[in-house]
Amino acid sequence: MNHIRTSRRSLMQAAGALVVGFHIAPRGALAQAAPANATPEINAWVVIHPDDRVVLRMARTEMGQGTRTGLCQMIAEELHCDWSKISTEYVTPGQSLARNRAWGNFLTAGSQGIRQSQDYVRRGGAAARIMLVQAAAARWGVDAATCTAKDSVITHTPTGRTLRYGEVAGEAARLSPPAQVPLKEPREWTLIGQSVPRLDTADKTTGKLIYGSDLKMPGMLVAVPRRCPVFGGKVRSFDAARVAGMPGVKHVVQIGDYGVAVIADTFWQAKTALDALPVQWDGGENARIQQADINARLTEGLNATEAFVGNSHGDARAAIAAAPRKIEAVYSYPFQNHAPMEPMNATVVWTPTRCDVWCPTQNGEAALVATAQAAGLPQTQCDVHRVDLGGGFGRRTTHDWLIDAVLIAKQVPGVPIKTMWTREEDMVQGRYHPITKAKMTAGLDANGEITGLHMRISGQSILSFVFPNALQNGRDPVQFQGLNAGGTEGAIGYTFPNLLIDHAMRNTHVPPHFWRGVNHNQNAIYLECFLDEVAHATNQDPLALRRKLMANHPKHLAVLNAVAERIGWGSAPPAGVFRGIAQQMGFGSYVAAAAEISVNAQGQLKIHRIVAATDCGVAVNPKQIEMQVEGSFVYGLSALLHGECTVKDGAIEQTNFDSYPVLRMEEMPKVETIVMPSGGFWGGVGEPTIMVAAPAVLNAIFAATGKRIRDLPIKDQDLRRA
Amino acid sequence: MAKLNVNGRVVEVNASPDTPLLWAIRDHVGLTGTKYGCGVAQCGACTVHLDGVPTRSCGITLGSVTETQKIVTIEGLSPDGNHPIQVAWRALDVPQCGFCQSGMIMAAAALLAEKPRPTDEDIDAAMTNICRCGTYNRVREGIHRAARGLSG
Ligand code: FES
Ligand code: FES
Repeated sequence: MNHIRTSRRSLMQAAGALVVGFHIAPRGALAQAAPANATPEINAWVVIHPDDRVVLRMARTEMGQGTRTGLCQMIAEELHCDWSKISTEYVTPGQSLARNRAWGNFLTAGSQGIRQSQDYVRRGGAAARIMLVQAAAARWGVDAATCTAKDSVITHTPTGRTLRYGEVAGEAARLSPPAQVPLKEPREWTLIGQSVPRLDTADKTTGKLIYGSDLKMPGMLVAVPRRCPVFGGKVRSFDAARVAGMPGVKHVVQIGDYGVAVIADTFWQAKTALDALPVQWDGGENARIQQADINARLTEGLNATEAFVGNSHGDARAAIAAAPRKIEAVYSYPFQNHAPMEPMNATVVWTPTRCDVWCPTQNGEAALVATAQAAGLPQTQCDVHRVDLGGGFGRRTTHDWLIDAVLIAKQVPGVPIKTMWTREEDMVQGRYHPITKAKMTAGLDANGEITGLHMRISGQSILSFVFPNALQNGRDPVQFQGLNAGGTEGAIGYTFPNLLIDHAMRNTHVPPHFWRGVNHNQNAIYLECFLDEVAHATNQDPLALRRKLMANHPKHLAVLNAVAERIGWGSAPPAGVFRGIAQQMGFGSYVAAAAEISVNAQGQLKIHRIVAATDCGVAVNPKQIEMQVEGSFVYGLSALLHGECTVKDGAIEQTNFDSYPVLRMEEMPKVETIVMPSGGFWGGVGEPTIMVAAPAVLNAIFAATGKRIRDLPIKDQDLRRA
Repeated sequence: MAKLNVNGRVVEVNASPDTPLLWAIRDHVGLTGTKYGCGVAQCGACTVHLDGVPTRSCGITLGSVTETQKIVTIEGLSPDGNHPIQVAWRALDVPQCGFCQSGMIMAAAALLAEKPRPTDEDIDAAMTNICRCGTYNRVREGIHRAARGLSG
């Protein structure tokens, strides 16, 4: 199988055709550059070559989460093609636009690559199969109902005659699509639910996979950009003449009114010159903002009278006021960078009539919109050619870096410009995990039972920065991930007699964005750790307390019970080892985790073991789910242990992995994954378990030390026994 | 002009001597399997073998490497992609996004060359590369698997 090579070849051909085309006929060359135009396309999703090769088209993006393989499993389940003949190809948003959005949504985020497209990609596969069978039946002059299809071969059952898909693909492509496209019942599935190996592993073990930062085009130059380090700041002046003569330097350009870039033959030449370039920045008012100012603003929000309500029933305030006993605690969660392994990059060719970009993006359609705007051209004269991502985690759903790359390339018309961020730029020009605090208050009756719970969140809203139009009368519904009264995305798993969850929106000049797990991460910590506090304060077992509150939430409870049983909750852990537990629902899935940790006399934390359970309804590829669960713990534990960005003079202080440490091998615990699909719904798997990683460990730390860590990250907090 | 011995081939590199070896390999030799992740010897994405020693190529300059020193990159680790580490990696589907994996594989191959049956502690000590997708547990499993294969 040769999956990536196909897409890489078409990519490089596209690049070549395009560049040659500049001097001849750009539009014609570009039409040629579109993949697979000449091959028999059965429908938007399925292309079948005469030699039986099956090319499945992808609108979502592969960024390591296994979406390519999962989508192929779903199409092939219905297509009945030979799995060994499958390769994939990214469609461009330009092609989709020209065909009335034939490929639907391109967004690959919110753990929805599989679950949001599962229905129509399966139908795409089924429709193609029906057409192929029809074409064979027509050739034989028989009723299609007497034919079957398996492994890319159509058999006329009564006579045993066979035809291969490749032999009838041309005829099938000319048939009109079937009006009725029935799908298999889940019990009939043979591919969905199987742990098939990934389609794209081989090239990742030999260095052959081409990422955006590896792209090469004839005549290409490399740009290294730098923006004003203070968000919202501007360029006052820069002295291009000082670096113009440095080796390889071709151009020094300004980006909008906020950045500069050096364009040179190679990355290192551009970076060296950029470092030598004298630039005067004007940070404006924002240059005076310090982390303490932001913290103070959030603290003020904890007691503010105005707040948006996320979930409320009964009268929590009154119940708490009337309660004989009250417990209160304040938690906080910092800014964090996504820090995907591959820094931001995009390769752009701009001419006055056409702009093409090659880039790793989690959302091709949004990338096209951004490209067109920055290029000053209609979308029909632009296109976005995707490459696999060196990590995304949400950072590549937004396209500030692409806009900059287009604005740079626009100043050198006709020349391919690869804009590459340094890690340092990636760190200080991120779109950050939002910063919040929460004040948790519980009223307890004489028996220690909760009579009312108030959860006041104070802090940044992502939507107000990213999609202000999606706010609901000013309220950001995304803030309440995992805390909603109901729904299929992220419903709270507890029933309290009285409940109030509200949000005092306190935005900052630091741009927030979606992030793996995002608001779930802090919401789960706030609620799951606070419930643990209540349990300990009232001498209840943390699991028993939760079970009492979860009678109406059987799916939440099932995953919690599963991890409790596997970790041996209720039996004594090994000497010196302590346990913690947490659950949450998010991205349509129910997840829980139990952790075993120890803390030595010097206060050093060791996470020994984590058990994680996921009920994602339908499990397309259990092995991929295990990998996603393991990965989400790395990301979540990294955030818990180390992740923090802070503001000094309006800019982010952390500039590389030395000042923004991340989890490494020696800190990684064993992860045992329980995949327990209960059927009937399609939940995500890329993110949900990240949200229970931190609270399970934090609760275990309390059990071990009597210390309640309420501010993240743990980093250099003293964990020695209280 | 500097000369480098990369994957058994001597190539001339026309770049200033202070160019990090990483960028000489990527932009001048033209081998892009070796990745840039941090540029400050923190992440290991740029790991190559320098006379068999796993080396973060962003941290040494072109000028400090001589023609007699043998550089091996991910492209030259095995002629056909079948180094035991690569085989184990495929068997376990170790990579996620894959961006860190060239460096992981080079570090793992060097570890195995030095210690054919590494313990978990050996792996912790040798494998300090960063993976943001979270492949650490499979990397560990892959090294053990390759080690078992190597020693029969
Ligand atoms: S790029 Fe060399 S260690 Fe990160
Ligand atoms: S596989 Fe993506 S960073 Fe390691």
